[in-house]
Amino acid sequence: MSSFNALRVRADVPELRRFVNGRRITYLDSASTSLPPRSVIEAMSRYYELRHANVHRGVFQTANEATEAYEGSRSAVARFINAPGGGDEVVFTKNTTESFNLIARSWGATHMRAGDVVLVTEMEHHANIVPWFQLRDAIGIEVRFIPVSDDFRLELRDLDALLRDVKLLSVTATSNVLGTKNPVEELARAAHARGALIAVDGAQSVAHGPTDVTKWDIDFLAFSGHKVLGPTGIGVLWTRQGVLDTMPPFLGGGGMIADVRTDGFLPAAGVARFEAGTPPIAEAVGLHAAIRYLDALGMANVSAHEDALTADALTRLSETFNGRVRVVGPCDTRERGGVISLDVAGVHPHDVAQVLDQFAVCVRPGHHCAKPLMRRFALAATARASFGPYSLRRDTDVLLEGLEAALKLFG
Amino acid sequence: MSNFEDLYRDIILDHYRSPRNRGELAAPPAHRVEGFNPLCGDEVVIYLDVRDGELRDIKMSGHGCSISQSSSSLMTAAVKGKSLEGVRQLVDAFLDLMTVGESGPATDASHNGDDELRRWGELAALRGVVKFPVRIKCATLAWHTLLQGLNELSPP
Repeated sequence: MSSFNALRVRADVPELRRFVNGRRITYLDSASTSLPPRSVIEAMSRYYELRHANVHRGVFQTANEATEAYEGSRSAVARFINAPGGGDEVVFTKNTTESFNLIARSWGATHMRAGDVVLVTEMEHHANIVPWFQLRDAIGIEVRFIPVSDDFRLELRDLDALLRDVKLLSVTATSNVLGTKNPVEELARAAHARGALIAVDGAQSVAHGPTDVTKWDIDFLAFSGHKVLGPTGIGVLWTRQGVLDTMPPFLGGGGMIADVRTDGFLPAAGVARFEAGTPPIAEAVGLHAAIRYLDALGMANVSAHEDALTADALTRLSETFNGRVRVVGPCDTRERGGVISLDVAGVHPHDVAQVLDQFAVCVRPGHHCAKPLMRRFALAATARASFGPYSLRRDTDVLLEGLEAALKLFG
Repeated sequence: MSNFEDLYRDIILDHYRSPRNRGELAAPPAHRVEGFNPLCGDEVVIYLDVRDGELRDIKMSGHGCSISQSSSSLMTAAVKGKSLEGVRQLVDAFLDLMTVGESGPATDASHNGDDELRRWGELAALRGVVKFPVRIKCATLAWHTLLQGLNELSPP
């Protein structure tokens, strides 16, 4: 195991030096977006200063360098998630949302017919719900939901019945509201046993623990660059080679074609046919730097660090507030990640967040783009605190101080 | 006074803890109108009893943050018993007060005089909201909903 020192990680992130309202920032919104270390920012600057050119087109020196940098990032992503087929299975998108739209529009529209079922869960982000409803409205598929139990887990007792007529099981690895970690390998086995494929939303998991698409035995993995310490504007869709080969292009335009004539076009081979137009080159360079950074930390170390922070925060929230602050999610850290949704007695989440802002604590109030889940638990919103590799126990100290103040103001 | 204290004034906290005119009216004969803020899930339902060009009674229900709830409460207290014309004028003036102009909050430019403040009465407590642009929609939700209800009853 490589050495992991959260204090050093913190020192690597420039934004964590900022002061707001006279206090140093306490960043607890990594589930929304993570803060990039200096190496990511510098890699992107260096790219723009010295190597910027368009990819896959020019023959001049810097154009070759830009292409190598872009494709090098693809290979690095493949290694990071242990893709069996390497970079040829990695499509760069805009974000997780676009990745799911790509699955629905390309794979879904090709392989699903009216009456076929896509099975999602009640704890999905809208990004893994709305594209399926759009496909339902276009071709008449059915969108079915795995229920969430009162103790915030997937209700899997009737999984076999739920999998009837299912062509794709599409599920999040970690809930962006509850923090619940889902049993991806078990779900993959169940889906495959029924002849269905499985897509995994890694938006909340990839930056917080090891990802191994080969061991998990899944078919699709979607995640966003900006949630893994990288830049906004780039996302990833990994797809198993045998599945990718059966998918038609998504967006049409330059770069995704083999030939265009006045009577039609031929799509390019490989992942290029999913990347129309000039791609996010600088963002791919930034993503590569982010992955290199996380790799050096060691994902098992990151996971252990965040688990310890989460366990400590859950204990202290319960001891300090004695029920006045309820955690909406599992309390056992073995089945949850560092996403902690709070329901503060008598205080609306927007007011909680506003008071916390006085302490320079950044949390996210709202429905977190998971309205079916919020409805399931009869909540309009929660205030969500979430950890990253740069989080420290002292962040929880300030969170507790701010929550105490919110309870006092509105109590 | 800091921006923060200006946001959560005592009047606002008081109306949040003890909202005025909370409840329902039988609709019909009362007119029922709903407003939502899809971003934060805030919801307001307003019941209007309008007779002879006058807002005889108003009730509100729903849920939301302290700003949206206290603003609804303050609004019902301010408009109850007024002529419809007077209600419209007040709603227009309030929404104008909550508009952030290019030169900063409108309050700084034109609404800061003492006379002006007196005219607003308790509603002046909501002025602090304009310094928090993301909360303006919380403060205006009930007012937009009331305006919608008035327009449904008699198009402007």
